[in-house]
Amino acid sequence: MEAIILQILNGLDKGSAYALIALGLTLIFGTLGVVNFAHGALFMIGAFCAVTLSRILTASYTVIDESQTDFLGNPLKVDMPYVHDWFGQATGDAIIDWAVPLSILFAIPVMMLIGVIMERGLIKHFYNRPHADQILVTFGLAIVLQEVIKYYYGANPIPTPAPEAFDGSFDFGAMLGFDPNMIIYPYWRIIYFVFAAIIIGGVFAFLQFTTFGMVVRAGMADRDTVKLLGINIDRRFTIMFGLAAAVAGLAGVMYTPINSPNYHMGMDFLVLSFVVVVVGGMGSLPGAVLAGFLLGILESFASMGAVLEILPGLNQIIIYLVAIIILLTRPRGLMGRKGVMED
Amino acid sequence: MLGLGKKDFTLLLIVAVMTLLAPLLLNPFPESSGLAQFNAGYPDLMQRFVIFGIFAIGFNILFGLTGYLSFGHAAFLGVGSYGAMWMMKLVSLNVIPAIIMAIIVAGIFSLAVGYISLRRSGIYFSILTLAFAQMSYALAYSVLTPLTGGETGLQIKSSDTPLFSNVADGDIGRANLFGMDMRASHEVAMGDWLFTFNAGYYIAGVVMLIAFYLSIRIFRSPFGTMLRAVKSNQTRMYYTGLNARPYTLAAFVISGMYAGLAGGLLVAMDTQVGPERMFWTASGEVVLMTILGGAGTLIGPVLGSGAIKYMENILSKINKDILHEWFAFLPAGLDDFIVAIVYPFVGKGWHLTLGLIFMGVVIFLPGGLVQGGQKIGGLFRRKKASDNDSDKSTQSTPAE
Amino acid sequence: MAILEVKNVNKRFGGLQALGDVNLSVEENSVHAIIGPNGAGKSTLLNVLIGKLIPDTGSVMFDGQSVLGRKSYQINQMGISRVFQTPEIFGDLTVLENMMIPIFARRDGAFRMHALQNTFSEKGVVEQAMGMLEDLNMADKRDFHSASMSRGDKRRLEIGMCLAQEPRLLLLDEPTAGMARADTNNTIDLLKQIKEERNITIAIIEHDMHVVFSLAERITVLAQGTPLVEDTPDKIKGHPKVREAYLGESA
Repeated sequence: MEAIILQILNGLDKGSAYALIALGLTLIFGTLGVVNFAHGALFMIGAFCAVTLSRILTASYTVIDESQTDFLGNPLKVDMPYVHDWFGQATGDAIIDWAVPLSILFAIPVMMLIGVIMERGLIKHFYNRPHADQILVTFGLAIVLQEVIKYYYGANPIPTPAPEAFDGSFDFGAMLGFDPNMIIYPYWRIIYFVFAAIIIGGVFAFLQFTTFGMVVRAGMADRDTVKLLGINIDRRFTIMFGLAAAVAGLAGVMYTPINSPNYHMGMDFLVLSFVVVVVGGMGSLPGAVLAGFLLGILESFASMGAVLEILPGLNQIIIYLVAIIILLTRPRGLMGRKGVMED
Repeated sequence: MLGLGKKDFTLLLIVAVMTLLAPLLLNPFPESSGLAQFNAGYPDLMQRFVIFGIFAIGFNILFGLTGYLSFGHAAFLGVGSYGAMWMMKLVSLNVIPAIIMAIIVAGIFSLAVGYISLRRSGIYFSILTLAFAQMSYALAYSVLTPLTGGETGLQIKSSDTPLFSNVADGDIGRANLFGMDMRASHEVAMGDWLFTFNAGYYIAGVVMLIAFYLSIRIFRSPFGTMLRAVKSNQTRMYYTGLNARPYTLAAFVISGMYAGLAGGLLVAMDTQVGPERMFWTASGEVVLMTILGGAGTLIGPVLGSGAIKYMENILSKINKDILHEWFAFLPAGLDDFIVAIVYPFVGKGWHLTLGLIFMGVVIFLPGGLVQGGQKIGGLFRRKKASDNDSDKSTQSTPAE
Repeated sequence: MAILEVKNVNKRFGGLQALGDVNLSVEENSVHAIIGPNGAGKSTLLNVLIGKLIPDTGSVMFDGQSVLGRKSYQINQMGISRVFQTPEIFGDLTVLENMMIPIFARRDGAFRMHALQNTFSEKGVVEQAMGMLEDLNMADKRDFHSASMSRGDKRRLEIGMCLAQEPRLLLLDEPTAGMARADTNNTIDLLKQIKEERNITIAIIEHDMHVVFSLAERITVLAQGTPLVEDTPDKIKGHPKVREAYLGESA
């Protein structure tokens, strides 16, 4: 029992990342009909927004501290972050400590801008091209974005810790009446899950309760008819692309403390997220979210020692295996709608 | 000639001559000149040209003719490599049984993957093949370690004593063709030029020519026409009494066997294999080669693989010092500026150039280098005969 | 003798009765038209005939064999060829190649791996294809990229491709839809010529009364998923029930 709860919890944070990326992919596919292979790169860029902000915040100048000396007796050189000057030592330290959550504010405009530029500058020209061309051009873009990041940030993972307040773990087991220390779960992962749930809820609410969302949903169902109504669907779809980019970016920002960002993390997640989208059902938003969590949890279960003893390596292939089975038995995925991408 | 039309035969002949003379043609710069690093006439790289040429030629039979975009073809290359490796470890160091084994193993594996993946088309097909390839990669990396050597891969070791090869105790066996070492090279110095004629390269080159010849035959056959019909209109195909599935499956298996052949040859040349050969970026690379050269054309994949392997090897070797050397003639300051601009695109950053070229090709030149060549050729021809063939403009140009 | 026999076919989509007790028989070597107002179930019936839809009850027999549950290429091989509302041709191929494919299909069946022969030196195939193109007056267009032809020419090629298979029944789904008058007349003339020159049964689903009355020998009027009347064109023209259900709207 403890093991099962623990695995479900472990699956949640990865599942959250899958769900967030898959949500954006589905939004883009559903509204624009474009298969975006560069979506993983957006997730990665989001993570590097956090890296960038924490670098900006820790930007410092060197001062010579006469009160301290090094072992040779010379005055010690100390790096002095500018934020200390501006906000004082305590506030400055807190700001640096909270760099990752603060990056959310930084990432939203940056990611939306990147998304809009991408859509207007590139994707727009591929609406009427074959899916193969869309895959290929976005694949090329993904390589370019990834290489640019690699050039500026290097190839090694960059540790980007969560605020100190979230160090340590929460003892779920004790709360539920099991032995202490049986089911422990790091605080930041709880934060990540809650954050993902809020974002997902926000996107759904936005689509459900705003006029904008209504038009977009109508466009997802039948683009041509909505156009006939004289609604400028293109501009809304551009904003939708920006939104999807922001969702992927935020997923990346918050993921940095869980996994130190590197330039190829986007591609790693992209392949799996595509599988998630297909399993959930191309063009179905609830399907994408459901499949994201489902596969995240399944993956976590497959990594249990007991399972691996019977079926070694299952954790490596479980997601692909499920995808293959789903695609063959339910071609439309778990919640796919009729008429979407059926050829 | 050889069952080919005149145009196709000429094309084959040109490719044959180029392959034969590659050690000369690819080494145009004298050894002592600063441009010597642009020479591509060394065995290792030339082998890669022809082997990845085979890979792309095979991929083109699937993607170019039927339009099914597989994102998992590297798996077949990898499986072929492992098959060939084991043949060399256990049976014989002669490359021929190893290569045959590679083709058979890849053929069987692609039959299984194709049978399942081809139940879907479009993006679903791409993702299914991707899923299969990633699964193979993950398995080769972990559970199948006894078979694949896991992360380190497989090499021929001194402990390997193939059944039909006499390897002295403690010696490490070498791949050969009836006793001729793959690594045997003959170097010819002419003035300041040094040309290397390598046994392995010529064997791979001959195999590539055979593979290329077969692909021309397939392109021009009724089977090839049917594959183009699949790409063009499956509805009409089914309502003409034809079953598209076995056609696509046959194309899939053929291209899988080409991939296996390439994988076997890779092992025959460097006697090692690792799971990274199956990673999905390797699958992406062959897509890239085919597109860059021109999908659906005969010569495109050969050009594309050559271009990409050349860039990979040459561009990635350029470092900051070399750049500074080149731009030294510029006034101080300006040369640093130029180097700073160029540097991200070369050396370790060559993937960036690759990505940009790839995007450029898809955006501006969907037909690849071949289409680009035709466009340029068309410009010249139009100048010569601008008005006497204007009425033929609606006629199709057969694929080159 | 009836070559195509539809008996008691019913098909429901949820609450909608798309086809209700359809009985229909098409005589061999006749031209039989199926007409009816929008939503009468013409397309559903056609989809049943070509095996795309399986009816809830009833049978569809072609030449004594059931077509139900067979794949579209198998039904085609039984001798039923279909012409689509929008011409379905191999747009990436030349006109001659388009014409050669049904000839290969007739010779080799659903699949044959003839990977090393040359397409254009296969015995007799080019000749047969060219013969067919000459019959269609399209021989001069043999090397045209078929996607870039006019709709009329595409239709002509599509009909020719169907004929090249020497089918026993040719099914036409609104063959002149979206065509200019001249193209429509050309198509009618072509179909008349086919009717005179070949031993073939033609079943045609059509909206355009001009087409129906210039070709059909028998007409079935479909309304709300059920055949209303079946008779010769002359009788249909004056039939009060038909006027009420169908012609009344447009006359």
